[in-house]
Amino acid sequence: MIRPRPGILNPEGQTIERALRDLGYAGIEGVRVGRTIGLRIEAADLTNCEQLVREACERLLANPVIEDFEFHVSEVSNPPLVAG
Amino acid sequence: MRFGIVRFPGSNCDFDCERAVRSGLGEVPVILWHKEESLLGADIVLLPGGFSYGDHLRAGAIARFSPIMKAVRAFAAAGGPVLGICNGFQILCEAHLLPGALIRNRGLRFRCHSVYLRVESTVTPFTGEYGERQILCLPIAHGEGQYVADADTIDELERDSRVIFRYVDRAGETTTDSNPNGSLRGIAGVCSAKRNVVGLMPHPERAISQLLGSADGLGVFQSAVAALASLEGVAS
Repeated sequence: MIRPRPGILNPEGQTIERALRDLGYAGIEGVRVGRTIGLRIEAADLTNCEQLVREACERLLANPVIEDFEFHVSEVSNPPLVAG
Repeated sequence: MRFGIVRFPGSNCDFDCERAVRSGLGEVPVILWHKEESLLGADIVLLPGGFSYGDHLRAGAIARFSPIMKAVRAFAAAGGPVLGICNGFQILCEAHLLPGALIRNRGLRFRCHSVYLRVESTVTPFTGEYGERQILCLPIAHGEGQYVADADTIDELERDSRVIFRYVDRAGETTTDSNPNGSLRGIAGVCSAKRNVVGLMPHPERAISQLLGSADGLGVFQSAVAALASLEGVAS
C-alpha cells in the first residue's frame, strides 16, 4: 500500500472529495488516493520475503520524497512460479 | 563538443532535441540508447521529454534504473552538464540527482500550451546566455509537472538560488493564474547543489525558431555551448 505523504497535495483525492460532496455525502474529508501493488514472491521464509519487499518499496515501488508505504506478507499455497 | 541525447523506450522529444542541436547550433549530437553503459564521448547530456516506460508506476521511476543512468550519474558527479526536460526532469528527480518530485498537475488536466518563465539564475551551464530575470515564452506539455518538496528543501533551493525557472505572467510576476500545474512557489526548473544538473518542465527544444512561435529556448542550448567552451578554455 503506497500513500501520498502527509502534507503532499493529492489532486486526485481532492477531485474525488468534491465528487462525493456533489453526490450528497456530507462529512467526508481528507480523501487521499494511493495505490496497491500485489506481488507473488518465492522466498525462503517470511522474514526474507519482508526484507525483499521493503527493499523493493524503498528502491522502486514508492518514492520516499512524496510517498509512504506499508506492506503485509502472508504465505500462499499456490504452486511455485514457473518460468514461461 | 558533443551533445548526447538519451533515448529511453517512450521518449518522444529526442528528435526535437536533436533538431535543436543540429539546426539551432549546427552540431551533430550522439543518440544514446538507454541500454548503453557509456556516454560515447558526450560532453553535454540531455534527457528528453516523453513517456519513458509508459509513465508506469510514476513518471521516470523505471527509466531511472536504465543502464545508461549509471554513466549519467557518474558524469554528473564529475561536474558534467546534464539537462532534463519534462520527462527528463522527472527522471532526474526520481534518480535523486535533483531534489523534490513532480506529481499530478493541480486540476488533473494535461496542460499543453505556452507559458511565460522568468530566468531566476544565470549561474548554470544552461542559462548563462540569458539575462538575469529575463522573461521567456516556452511551451509546456505535461500531466505530472507539479513540483513539490518538503519545506526545508524548498527553503534551501531558494536560499542557494537553485530555483532556475519560475512560472510568471507576461509582465514577469508570479501569480496563481500563471502557474499551470500548482508547483510550489511557481517552480518550473531547479538545479543540483553543484549547479551542473538542471531540470525543467517546459520545452526549450520546441522553441528554437520564430516559425515555432518562439526562439526563446535556443538560449538553453547556446548557454551549454558557451559553458563548455569556457570550461575547455580553463582546462587548456
